Amino acid sequence: MSLLEVERVSKRFGGLTANEDVSFALDAGQIVGLIGPNGAGKTTLFNCVAGYFAPSAGSIVLGGHPITGLPPEDCARAGVGRTFQVARTFGSMTACENVMTGALLAQRSVVRARRQALEWLAFVGLDRFEDKPAASMTVSEQRRLAVARALATRPKILLMDEVMAGLNPSEVREAVDVVLRIRERGIACLIVEHVLEGIMPIADKIVVLDRGRKIAEGTPAEVSSDPQVIAAYLGGEA
Amino acid sequence: MNQTINASAGLAALAALAALALPAMADASHLNLAILVLMAAQLGVAWNIVGGYAGQISLGHAAFFGLGGYVSTLLLAKLGWSPWIGMPLGGLAAALLSLGFGWSCFRLKGHYFAMATIAAAELVQIFFTEWDYGGGAVGLYVPMDRQGWLWMNFATKQPYYWLALALLLATLAANLWIERSFLGYYLRAIKDEPDAARSVGVDIARYKQVALSISAFFTAMGGSLYAQKELYIDPGSVLGTALSIKMALVSILGGVGTLLGPVVGAVVLTSVEEFTRILFGGTGRGTDTIIYASLIIAIAVFYPSGVLGWLHSRLRRRAVPQAAVAPAPQGEAP
Amino acid sequence: MTAELLLQTLASGVLIGLIYALVAIGLTMIFGVMDVVNFAHGEFLMLGMYSSFWLFSLYALDPLLTLPLTVLMLFAFGTLLYRLVIRRIINAPMLSQIFTTFGIMILLRGVAQFLWKPDFRTIENSAVSGSVQWLGLQLGRPQLVAGVGAIAVTAAVYLFLHRTRVGAALEATAADKEAARLMGIDSNRMFSLAWGIGAACAGAAGGLLSTFFPIFPDVGATFILLAFVVVNLGGFGSVTGAFWAGILVGVIEVVGGLLLGPQYKTAIVLVLFLGVLMFRPQGLMGKA
Repeated sequence: MSLLEVERVSKRFGGLTANEDVSFALDAGQIVGLIGPNGAGKTTLFNCVAGYFAPSAGSIVLGGHPITGLPPEDCARAGVGRTFQVARTFGSMTACENVMTGALLAQRSVVRARRQALEWLAFVGLDRFEDKPAASMTVSEQRRLAVARALATRPKILLMDEVMAGLNPSEVREAVDVVLRIRERGIACLIVEHVLEGIMPIADKIVVLDRGRKIAEGTPAEVSSDPQVIAAYLGGEA
Repeated sequence: MNQTINASAGLAALAALAALALPAMADASHLNLAILVLMAAQLGVAWNIVGGYAGQISLGHAAFFGLGGYVSTLLLAKLGWSPWIGMPLGGLAAALLSLGFGWSCFRLKGHYFAMATIAAAELVQIFFTEWDYGGGAVGLYVPMDRQGWLWMNFATKQPYYWLALALLLATLAANLWIERSFLGYYLRAIKDEPDAARSVGVDIARYKQVALSISAFFTAMGGSLYAQKELYIDPGSVLGTALSIKMALVSILGGVGTLLGPVVGAVVLTSVEEFTRILFGGTGRGTDTIIYASLIIAIAVFYPSGVLGWLHSRLRRRAVPQAAVAPAPQGEAP
Repeated sequence: MTAELLLQTLASGVLIGLIYALVAIGLTMIFGVMDVVNFAHGEFLMLGMYSSFWLFSLYALDPLLTLPLTVLMLFAFGTLLYRLVIRRIINAPMLSQIFTTFGIMILLRGVAQFLWKPDFRTIENSAVSGSVQWLGLQLGRPQLVAGVGAIAVTAAVYLFLHRTRVGAALEATAADKEAARLMGIDSNRMFSLAWGIGAACAGAAGGLLSTFFPIFPDVGATFILLAFVVVNLGGFGSVTGAFWAGILVGVIEVVGGLLLGPQYKTAIVLVLFLGVLMFRPQGLMGKA
């Protein structure tokens, strides 16, 4: 049985259908990329898995337990970690305190949370920012901070929403590094990405969405030579 | 950085000494002024728990203040219970009332939340105005027949000073405990980025309510103390929206979301009020109101982080984006 | 309780509701265009009332005659207030915005009290006084004229928004500030205009009220609450919504007062307010 099973999930907003009948699965320790042109419904799907939207139809099961329609905080407790397109770090806190907020999910001791937070900061390579205000970090650093914060909740699966957008090539390499290290820890990753040169080399599987529907699923090689995928990217806005 | 810590510690020690020595040295009117400062500070610290830390701008806190005063006064007047029992019971009543406030208001954001709290508090005021058993519009006189520490009723001002100081310290202690515990982190997260807070497992509805209930509890205790000191309460003086504004203003003036901001704010606000009252108050022409209002506008427009925020930014060398200014909302692609 | 009494109450509810609508239209426009809640809006009404009063007392000019002058003065005042103060807090945190307008509210009340004393004033024997018989109902002539005046001003505002280029620009800014800016619309000027019109509407309401309602520095307090309820019920930003919601709130307030007692009029309105906030925050016609 897979770690995450997304089964025929649809999401409608009034007259607009953002996701239509999307199904795929993810196993423990896998890196799965979710790609597609703008407006394909990738972030909407994320929001369904992470609990920000309740799917209009379909089910989502994590580690054998259904999480469909649970609010975000309950999804987090069930083992879903996520980042946002805009990092949304806690501006009034230091980097360490940001990560501590995540660490406090599993246990309430502030002292222990601080220790764990420092470990996670080192894990993503931000340990030098320990007591610096999060608001003083660059965009790519804040993105990594958000990843550390999500990791501190000890998720089973980490949803990353365009972590690599707008990064220069060396920053992309750093981000890829972090994702690989996360996989080493046994945490599965579901990654929405436009920066294909970042995600294609490392993904075990790619799922392609276009206009709310899944149009392809397979290895990066299979997907990149799929004529439907090519048409979607060339025909629509890329 | 160490200089700042040493300076703060020094100031704190000085303040503590002054606070302890004051009753012995001040005359009656100055002592009364000090008590007013302490009470305003306590209310500001209590408001700050939900308004400053959790970022929920409540403009209806007078409901809790008044409820505390009414509960302890009614228990004393009708059942003969000592205010020492009445005070915490008033606090509990306010915490219960805050559940109603939270349920009706917390799903609202920003301006709507503030307006809803005003409406809810005004409903409470109307209730007490029409409730004859509780004195109605005329209000209640607090029984003075029994005096002494058991009945929290004194002929001189000094014991009230100690009580006000003790309550302020208790409220500060609660605030400090929250700040240092997981709750402190959660509340700040809720204030900064509610969606991101939920993504790390924070149940924002629950923790906002916790903050509000604790805040209501301490605010109500302040109301009981006020009743015992003034020996008279009525809906106009303890349940009005103007009072709610003042409780929020004390924190904003001093520095929202900081531990001692409300204390500083209380000193400044009470001083300004006293000063304008002495200079202009007698005429009844509203000059003190004009000055008070100008102060509010000036702070809101030019110094939103309050006195402490201003001091902090002067002491810091680095130019760092102020956390007090919320980042502009950014759109995200579907 | 006879049908006649009910009908009478309904009629007065509609008439006063039209005034509420006019006040609310100003408030909703400011919110719709720039997302700022103006807690000082009631004070524009108060100033309109005093303008009417002083022109009548000092120069024997009838309020109906001086209404256009009152409207112009309040328009100028609203614009001035925007340029001096509000402009600075457009992008400030919400706490600052709330307290700035709250501060202005307290300031204007204080200034009014200082200049004109807290005494209640009234305008006696203006051109419209006495009452009128219509379909068996007794309606005060000032109230009737005020109601008609409110409709007229509302219609003028509506036509302005929907039939003029400037009005269209205002609506565009309300819908999407950034897009409007890209099309060359100066947001600052639009905000200034919104404040001017908002103040003018409230001032007009004040002028119309002055013929039958007592005038005193804190009179804004009564109307600001009602204005909020109306704006909320009609939908923040919707002028048509504010119009119909105003009438509805007027009727509910007056009929409720008849059924439960006048001391509960405010409570009924507050409960309605909370109810709408909780269960239909976008109101009848508003954007969420």
